[in-house]
Amino acid sequence: MEASEAAAIERARAGDSEAFRVLVERHSRTVFRVAYRMTGNEQDAEDTVQETFLRAYRQMGQFDSRARFSTWLCRIALNCSLDLLRARQRRRECSGARDGEGAARLLLRPAADPTPDRLAFSRQVRQRLAAALERLSPLERTAFVLRHFEGIPIGEIARVLGRPNGAARHCVFRAVRKLRRALEPVVSLRR
Amino acid sequence: MKHPSEEQLVLFYYGESEDRAGIERHLADCRTCGLAYQGLANTLAQIEAGPVPERGPDYGAAVWERLRPRLAERERPLRAGLPIPRRWAIAGAAAALLVAAAFVAGRHWPGSRRAPAEPPAAQVRERILLFAVSDHLERSQTVLLELVNTRPEGAVDISSEQQRAQDLVAANRLYRQTAARAGEPGLASVLEDLERALLEVAHSPSRLSSEEFERLRQRFEAQGIVFKVRILDWQVRQKATLPPAVRKSS
Repeated sequence: MEASEAAAIERARAGDSEAFRVLVERHSRTVFRVAYRMTGNEQDAEDTVQETFLRAYRQMGQFDSRARFSTWLCRIALNCSLDLLRARQRRRECSGARDGEGAARLLLRPAADPTPDRLAFSRQVRQRLAAALERLSPLERTAFVLRHFEGIPIGEIARVLGRPNGAARHCVFRAVRKLRRALEPVVSLRR
Repeated sequence: MKHPSEEQLVLFYYGESEDRAGIERHLADCRTCGLAYQGLANTLAQIEAGPVPERGPDYGAAVWERLRPRLAERERPLRAGLPIPRRWAIAGAAAALLVAAAFVAGRHWPGSRRAPAEPPAAQVRERILLFAVSDHLERSQTVLLELVNTRPEGAVDISSEQQRAQDLVAANRLYRQTAARAGEPGLASVLEDLERALLEVAHSPSRLSSEEFERLRQRFEAQGIVFKVRILDWQVRQKATLPPAVRKSS
């Protein structure tokens, strides 16, 4: 950890909000990236960034200075995102909203060879994936996003989620199985 | 080597297999497994992340500007959870009540036991209830784990956990009563312990001294409530994935 960051953390732990400002300015973009990957929605990601720093400010006394501040912050961001996903899932269950509204934005990488055929295929894949991602449980989605998009090893995901390794592994397996089930009819036609 | 399972192939795909060389050899030798892996890899390769919207160099300053007024409220009890409108919690409990009522009705409807096979609608109701209970247990576990894993150095603000515990109590009561009526004493008993723990969190002061917090934490640890809930969650999930005939006898 850089000396200036370590000093800012110490001062922020003592309640110095100007020192906390240094930490916010330094880590906001990383937190936004994590939040966007998790929520697939800019507005939700912005809310999660705010909530993450609020929680971090309140819990600064609990930060163990031997750990990396960015890792600790990302863990808070993931928990905030999980809360939001759970709330969103409950709202969807109550209102019967359509699947895939948030996840679609996660999967908007343009096709590399934009022929009409390729574009139609990509669109179908995206639609099915978005719906399937929205149907995953919040834990499955978190574990999958971290493993598949962010390349984080399962052992680390387990630590972030506060779950045993086996549980995190099973979240990834269940997510992969569900996504495969959703995608295979389209992908197998393409082979 | 035996044929690798789907789970072993997933681990292999992500480079986390314990026997990478063994699986590689097997995939080269076994056409069936080779094709299975190719199918898995092709599908996963289609799942690409889109770009994350750019945030400029001033983004941190903009975040701070929005955050600063909210930090001033630090000493007041903060509502740390994401804004989950209360009406959704109530609507969620109402939905759970409907499912639970349908579940109980389905189980006790005259004639349902005489049918040679459980009607599909009843199976679906039971599965929905099991998944709803599992989700509830998962959320309760998260609240309790956050408390049990906290090592405070001073006073602790638990208003976020309190808010969530309050939201969970009503649903818990519903599930406990349903379990008791459905003749599931084991499930009802753990839910009763969980309810007590949630109520204790909900009714504590929102700011606890480190000694008060430590006593609360130790009580939860002594009761083994997190462990009990985790085991119950696992059992409920197992049950939800069993075929209906097996589920009934388990």
